[in-house]
Amino acid sequence: MLITCPYCGPRDLAEFSYQGDANRPRPDQHDTDQARWNAYVYDRSNPAGPHREYWQHAGGCRKHLLIVRSTLTHAIESVAFAGAQGATPRPARRSPKSRTKTGPAKGKKP
Amino acid sequence: MAEYSFFSLLKNAWNGNRDWKPAWSKAEPKTDYDVIIVGGGGHGLATAYYLAKEHGITNVAVLEKGWLGSGNIGRNTTIVRSNYLLPESIRFYDFSVKLWEELAHDLNYNVMFSQRGILNLAHSPAQADDYIRRGNAMLHGGGDAEWLTPGEIAKKVPGVDLSKSARFPVVGGLLQPRAGTARHDAVAWGYARGADRRGVDIVENCEVTGFLREGDRVVGVKSTRGEIRAKKIAVAVAGSTGRVMKLAGIDALPIESHVLQAFVTESLKPFVDTVVTFGGGHLYMSQSDKGSLVFGGDLDGYNSYAQRGNLPVVEEVMSEMVALFPGLARVRLLRSWGGVMDMSMDGSPIITTGPLPGMYLNSGWCYGGFKATPASGWTFAWTIAKDAPHAINAPFTLERFHRGALIDEKGQGATPKLH
Repeated sequence: MLITCPYCGPRDLAEFSYQGDANRPRPDQHDTDQARWNAYVYDRSNPAGPHREYWQHAGGCRKHLLIVRSTLTHAIESVAFAGAQGATPRPARRSPKSRTKTGPAKGKKP
Repeated sequence: MAEYSFFSLLKNAWNGNRDWKPAWSKAEPKTDYDVIIVGGGGHGLATAYYLAKEHGITNVAVLEKGWLGSGNIGRNTTIVRSNYLLPESIRFYDFSVKLWEELAHDLNYNVMFSQRGILNLAHSPAQADDYIRRGNAMLHGGGDAEWLTPGEIAKKVPGVDLSKSARFPVVGGLLQPRAGTARHDAVAWGYARGADRRGVDIVENCEVTGFLREGDRVVGVKSTRGEIRAKKIAVAVAGSTGRVMKLAGIDALPIESHVLQAFVTESLKPFVDTVVTFGGGHLYMSQSDKGSLVFGGDLDGYNSYAQRGNLPVVEEVMSEMVALFPGLARVRLLRSWGGVMDMSMDGSPIITTGPLPGMYLNSGWCYGGFKATPASGWTFAWTIAKDAPHAINAPFTLERFHRGALIDEKGQGATPKLH
């Protein structure tokens, strides 16, 4: 399985970690309804077919991704950055260079 | 005379083997039954067998979408064990091991149950403490457990790397001597024949495509071989639980379907005569009677109904195998395959009445369904026949998730990656 990270491009599955089902809306933190929290924690729709799910490019840019993938064939329909915008993909950065300058990957500066 | 015995073998040899009956007949579905069991895997067939044998309910159909043995009953690593920590699990799985011990006689079918033991290797003092605690819990629950030192492990499993320089040095191991392996196909065939001879209809190539409802109540199924009605509808479809329950309008369950891979090497001379598990990662291995090493590791880790996995897990499992048994580095892998697991959110199964009137649910086996086959069938049959769970499966309800009465062996919270 290859996942095309919107930031890094197509990468091997081994670089990604699975973060689970993205179909469960988290109740508001002030919500005290037991049933809604139970459903959020335990219940899954577990579809056979397209599945909205979170992944993290843990071995790469570390971005959290929202992916739609078929659980029957593993074929990936769409990849987008996960975030407040939901499925709306955010514009990818032009070049990884500008990022690595200050990023921890170089390790030169504290 | 038992159907399979030394004398029947002689008699049939004398007759040129013309008189053997098929182990089960290819039944045509009737329109009406007392009980329909959806799913002709190990658990469904065992349920049918115990319904007929223990409760005298023989007007039963087992509906299987493929052929018998095509699902997880024919895809597992054949391990039978009851090395659990929590009382509910110990009681259930120990009951299962007791049924396994008599299963070949009970079924008059050689399921090749071999009590070769299971050895869980511990690789740190903390892990050793944890395993010893579990061993004590097993002893308290009436089971069997022994703690082995590295010296004793060296005698029992000579291939294990016990050196101090191992990546995960072995500090000891928890042995359950009564655990072991069985011939998985024979379990399906034996239960199928036992149920068939007692009058159960085993209907293959019959996929359930919907449920018939009268109000809330489930009164039958629509299938690829027509509509079939029954007083009671039992669902035992393992990895397909989500799919089948959606047909009944149940859209959410505390279950995710995941793919688990298993592997077989080329045949070797006798190398390991027990089941060994690696505690540094996740690996379990035994040697089949044909000589091949049968082993597996972790789930691939993402939702899947695909019955095939990906390479990162293959690589991980192989590297763990070589870390534990450096001598196997050049052994060739013959086959690998994947099965779909119904992973429950606390790692324990669900055997219950409901969730709809007229329906009974057996699922959530994670990747330990094979060892549970006899107890699952026995308790599910009880639950169906009496409309109430037996004391052994009473804790394994569907509501436990919403009541907080989880049976979570690892106590690590809701996740579909436990077993």
